[in-house]
Amino acid sequence: MKNWRWLFITLAIFLMLVVSGAAQDFPKGPITYMNPFNPGGEVDIAARAMQPYLEKNLGVPFVINYLPGAGGALCWSKLAAAKPDGYTIGGFSIPHIILQPMFMKDVAFKTDDFVILTIVEYTPIGLAVKKDFKVNSVKEFIEYAKANPGKVSCGGVGKFTGHHFATLQFMKLTGTSLNYVTFTGTSQVQTAILGGHIDASFTNSTLLVTSRDQIKVLAIGSEKRMAQLADIPTFEELGFKMYPRIARGAMVPKAVPAEIIKRLEKAFLDTISKSEFRAKMEQVGFVPQVWGVEESKKYLEEDTQMLTRLIRDFDLVPAKK
Amino acid sequence: MDILNHIALGAQILFTPTNIFFCFIGVLMGTLVGVLPGLGPTAAIALLLPNTFHVSPVSAIIMLAGIYYGAMYGGSTTSILVNIPGEAASVITCLDGYKMALKGRAGPALGIAAFGSFIAGTVSVIGLTIVAPPLARFALAFGPPEYFSLMLMGIVILIYLASGSILKALMMAVFGLLLGSIGMDSISGTQRLTFGLLELADGVGLIPAIMGLFGVAEVITNVEQAIKREVITTKVRNLLPNFQDWGDSFWPIIRGSVLGFFIGVLPGPAPVISAFSSYAIEKKLSQYPEKFGTGVIQGVAGPESANNAATGGAFIPLFTLGIPANSVIAVLLGAFMIHGIQPGPMLISKYPDLFWGTIMSMYLGNAMLLVLNLPLIGLWVKVLKVPYPILFPLILLFCLVGVFSLNYSQVEVALMIGFGIFGYLARKFQYEMAPLVLALVIGPMMENNLRLSLVISQGSPWIFIEHPISAAFIFISLVLLISAFVPWIGRRRQRLQEKVEREQI
Repeated sequence: MKNWRWLFITLAIFLMLVVSGAAQDFPKGPITYMNPFNPGGEVDIAARAMQPYLEKNLGVPFVINYLPGAGGALCWSKLAAAKPDGYTIGGFSIPHIILQPMFMKDVAFKTDDFVILTIVEYTPIGLAVKKDFKVNSVKEFIEYAKANPGKVSCGGVGKFTGHHFATLQFMKLTGTSLNYVTFTGTSQVQTAILGGHIDASFTNSTLLVTSRDQIKVLAIGSEKRMAQLADIPTFEELGFKMYPRIARGAMVPKAVPAEIIKRLEKAFLDTISKSEFRAKMEQVGFVPQVWGVEESKKYLEEDTQMLTRLIRDFDLVPAKK
Repeated sequence: MDILNHIALGAQILFTPTNIFFCFIGVLMGTLVGVLPGLGPTAAIALLLPNTFHVSPVSAIIMLAGIYYGAMYGGSTTSILVNIPGEAASVITCLDGYKMALKGRAGPALGIAAFGSFIAGTVSVIGLTIVAPPLARFALAFGPPEYFSLMLMGIVILIYLASGSILKALMMAVFGLLLGSIGMDSISGTQRLTFGLLELADGVGLIPAIMGLFGVAEVITNVEQAIKREVITTKVRNLLPNFQDWGDSFWPIIRGSVLGFFIGVLPGPAPVISAFSSYAIEKKLSQYPEKFGTGVIQGVAGPESANNAATGGAFIPLFTLGIPANSVIAVLLGAFMIHGIQPGPMLISKYPDLFWGTIMSMYLGNAMLLVLNLPLIGLWVKVLKVPYPILFPLILLFCLVGVFSLNYSQVEVALMIGFGIFGYLARKFQYEMAPLVLALVIGPMMENNLRLSLVISQGSPWIFIEHPISAAFIFISLVLLISAFVPWIGRRRQRLQEKVEREQI
């Protein structure tokens, strides 16, 4: 009885999907958005904010699918091998997609396996410590870290990621040694620093803005002070020339046909140029951008050059295990 | 008056036509899978999960939770009328429930099962309402070492409580951990045991595993047993228990509710364990223990209350720590992730609408179930008469379509069939499924927390002892493990099991 009805509904849905797959125009079916980190992280917040606009623009459901692990490498390895039909797109973070193919063994993707559709936002990386940690400024933090080499636990997301490199760069600039602890997403870092299980973290401006009452924010990696964190000094003001940041957006495997890439790019640009969307993003600590395929490509190239210089100048390559 | 505000918020979320509708669908499906042998709540939730992709997270969780506690109501119906438990948790209800039906008292048995379930369900939701929010604040004190030790304790408890040999349960748990380690290393990104299959890069999918172990394997087992069904055909009359029945059942229901709730919080197949414990306690406390098994109403009221109360308790570790207490909750955890909600200590404060909406829906759902199960009992009896040659292929079809529709991946379909065959064999040789599933789910989390702890402590394993909460969990695990091998306790445990097994037959 009830059973039969369910069977028919399931079969009907199934048939609809099969029929729709055969049609020509793009898009005809749901688009899967692969998220490389846990729910509640930055990629997720941006994707969820864009979702209703994109669904309206493209006229199809936009399904967010989580594949956290290995600092995003797991998701991107899968995306690189996905069917290049435009129905599978993925969130990304720069510098992760540049650094991981350079340094990680066993990563099944290369940076140029993808075409970046858009860069939606970036977040400067800042330094924060847990609420009851004994230091109140970057100066005190450095003194403490020098007195206790290797003892200060410093959390971040993944290896060969923005957080990891910010930590390495800070250690080189200040001559300190911190203990880098790897999490799978920013939401885990947040729980850990709020609960006092790690001492410090180089983490995104978003977390610093939304949790600032529960942690101590010491410095921020933007060029000028951020409006949402007006009383927090930049690293540059403190005498450290470092500007760590993570840029995020959406990308597809590079074999996706050009007209489909155009269509997707348009959908994203229409969405992220809306002022209400930008206001929403700024409020939680993002720095929104409206970059399409060309601008994103340029950013990726510039960032690659910048990182290569950094790695050379600072000898940042961590000892291989 | 914080709690009143929260309840008002929850009510506001719940009392929209959509959410009431999803709550109804959930409890209806729950009752249905509870009545049908061969399809349990775990497989049902896994099956319906893809259908919730496009509804709001609150609606989805309300529906999926409804399936879980709804199944506990449905399970008793078949136990009483056919002597076949629709759910493992209702096995014990067969003893006295079916005997009552044979004596022509099927009505009061069904009635007290439904009322007892309603009372216990409500008591445990009240418990959840009061206990979960303060516990979640406390849970922030849980860092990687605490999580690791807690999960370790969970697996040890599950092994200890397994019905059957401890060694077999241990083997299943270790096999589950091994399966859990398949996929990309969460820190270095190295591929482990994937044999080059990209489908395995993010690990063995939980849903194919569960549909195989609980759906496919169940069907094969049932086909083999070729159960003879004799539905009590005489009209079920007089569902309302009389005054005497109520007097006899009052304390068993109260005791069952409290017991079930607390057992529910512990990891493991809580509804099953709580029902068995409740039966044992009622028998011990009764003035006429020799009559148990001949159709006394306490033997129905206690266990049926306990298994319902356990479902409420099982939500506590999910909402406060993000740790699944059993395989049903593990699938629900997956549902949270699919809907973009990170479970953990921050859940209640970050998504108050989801938490309080779900809680409120449980009050309403329990009331709906009472209505569904009393006046509509005739309908469920008819469902029981669907012949197996039609029912079982249908369930298999649901499983196949369900798994495929998840990721359109043939590898996952193959995985499910593999797990189905494995599950059938394991069942035949009396290996329990629960330790395997829980270890498969918890394994990656446990590994991640173990490694985080060791990084924080710079390689020193003493971190698990230096943290007091973690040390307590480790201590309890050790005591349990050692006691299992102390002959005196081991014998007692074995005797208890033999008794339970005898009674099952």
